[in-house]
Amino acid sequence: MNRLISTTSALCLMAGAASAEGTLSVYHWFEYIPQELVDKFTAETGITVTIDTYDSNESMLASLKAGKLGQYDVAVPADFMVEIMAETGMLDTFTAEEMPNLPNIAPQWLDVPFDPGRKSSIPYQWGSTSFAVNRGVYTGDISSLGIIFDPPEELRGKINVLDSQNEVLILGSLYLGVPQCSTDRTQLKALSDMLVAAKQHWASFGSDTAKDVMVSGDAAAGMIYNGFSAKARAEGANVEYSYPKEGHVLWMDNVVLLKDAPNRANAITFMNFLLEPENAAAVTNYAAYTSGVSGVEPFLDEAIRTSPENNPPAGAAPGVFAQVCDEDTQKLYDAIWINLKK
Amino acid sequence: MAAPTPTTAPDSGASSDATYRSARVPLLLPTWLVIGFFLILPVALMAVYSFLTKEMRGGVIWEFSLAAYDQFFINRGLFGDEPASLEWTYISVFGRSIAQAATATTLCLLIGFPTAWFIATRAPATRGVWLFLITVPYWVNLLIRTVSLRFLIRENGPLNDALLGSGLIAEPLALINTNFAVQLGLFYSYLPFMVLPIYAAVERYNFTLSEAAADLYASRWVTLRDIVLPIVKPGIIAGCLLVFIPSLGAFLAPNLLGGAKNFMIGSLIEEQFKRSLGNWPFGAAVSMILMSLVLVLLLLYARSMARAEAR
Repeated sequence: MNRLISTTSALCLMAGAASAEGTLSVYHWFEYIPQELVDKFTAETGITVTIDTYDSNESMLASLKAGKLGQYDVAVPADFMVEIMAETGMLDTFTAEEMPNLPNIAPQWLDVPFDPGRKSSIPYQWGSTSFAVNRGVYTGDISSLGIIFDPPEELRGKINVLDSQNEVLILGSLYLGVPQCSTDRTQLKALSDMLVAAKQHWASFGSDTAKDVMVSGDAAAGMIYNGFSAKARAEGANVEYSYPKEGHVLWMDNVVLLKDAPNRANAITFMNFLLEPENAAAVTNYAAYTSGVSGVEPFLDEAIRTSPENNPPAGAAPGVFAQVCDEDTQKLYDAIWINLKK
Repeated sequence: MAAPTPTTAPDSGASSDATYRSARVPLLLPTWLVIGFFLILPVALMAVYSFLTKEMRGGVIWEFSLAAYDQFFINRGLFGDEPASLEWTYISVFGRSIAQAATATTLCLLIGFPTAWFIATRAPATRGVWLFLITVPYWVNLLIRTVSLRFLIRENGPLNDALLGSGLIAEPLALINTNFAVQLGLFYSYLPFMVLPIYAAVERYNFTLSEAAADLYASRWVTLRDIVLPIVKPGIIAGCLLVFIPSLGAFLAPNLLGGAKNFMIGSLIEEQFKRSLGNWPFGAAVSMILMSLVLVLLLLYARSMARAEAR
């Protein structure tokens, strides 16, 4: 109780001191930044941080479109969403002089296709999406996406898939060897049929519950983000994450500077803060993904640094980023998704 | 002076009429503001949006279009070049949601009516306690209650543990991610909406009528059917509407307890705004169609009430 009171009063004092330096309004994924890191930022800079959360790239985009643009300073969209937001004119740009820690970005993430030359975004965390299997239920080979799309007897009816069109359709395409944004009738028909046939073996669709169902045992296998799988393992679930031979989905979440940010300077201070290796490592230690910043290794927890989820085995098939399809093509994929969930 | 009373009575009536007439606008203003701001404006906005052109990934282009309604009703195949036929996809989503809401309403009525009857027939002093007990769980947020239910009924949850421990079942029941779980969730979420209006109706019921019926040799069943039910019918109908309508658009129970495997009206609309489909005009159109359905239901209810009053 005493500690609670002292923490609260410390926070109040901090807030009092901070209000002089201004505020920062962050639009972020749920459960994706450790509170200690936010407190550290406030202590270092005196800037008070308010965080609103979202549960999908699309819901973030929708609320910004519905009038929230201009209320937030930064958001954390995935790679393809950075591209979409840039195209729609939702992003502001910064200069290299404003962001002294820009060179801390790991070389392979400096010049990325979704933000050439890093003018509006910095890396937050990156990771992969494939699937995990409860080894207590199934001990066989899990090197193929067939575990999800043509599951063995033991796993039928015990599979959770992400409730996300992008991930389900891309992993399905990888399984069938169909390219993304295909307009080929035979390929799309095959993809749709394969998914509908696979669905009878699925127990549930859920993205934010993807980790919990593996921990609770509601699902024995599930499409999952690598960090979620690592967290499930850390929470005691006997799960193994697979880097399937057909490939996996790669993604990178990025902190972007939003257009009409009410506290632009504070936003840049925050982004620069996140590019400090120690701070980037704090996020990684919390979220169990991988940082896009060089020099984080000394600050990483041993378990995170060496986790099988973050270190694909030698010879693993490469991951693919989600592609942004044009409107007519996207319509076809939307139709496949609606048909799958109708 | 001769007859002051007869003259003052109509006079005072007229003057109070005049008072109300002059105050009518300020008195009605709050109501009109509330109705205008919270009902007419949003619905009008939705109606307008449903006739606009979709902007990719959310948003609208201000050009008139019937595309949203076309997508709902007309099927032209995946590639849009097959001969037009009736689109069953969304009608089946509506059918599923309606069936589910109807089942939930029936369940709530079957449990809610006896419950309301029980409470209304307790001593007046204890009724408050029973009503209080009915409402206690609803102090907790709906989302949290739905998630808790998930924990209770999961394969290695307390319900299955208890049943296994008692030897009633040999294998854990697969309850989670089934229609049963969804029904349970809806039933649990909306039961008080059934109990409270029925209670209000039963409480006003004059129990001497039942005694009179018994004196006239009516059986219990006949008393219930011919005396009680017609009198408490408005409460039952109100309860049914209060359960049916929110169940129709519910998406928490289907998503969290049913595994989100199939769209419900609620999740279909949600997907248009919050998720990848990002088709606002279509989401607005589905909402309009849903609202029209509900409106027809309410009109039927109003008409049956008017007829009952006329009798």
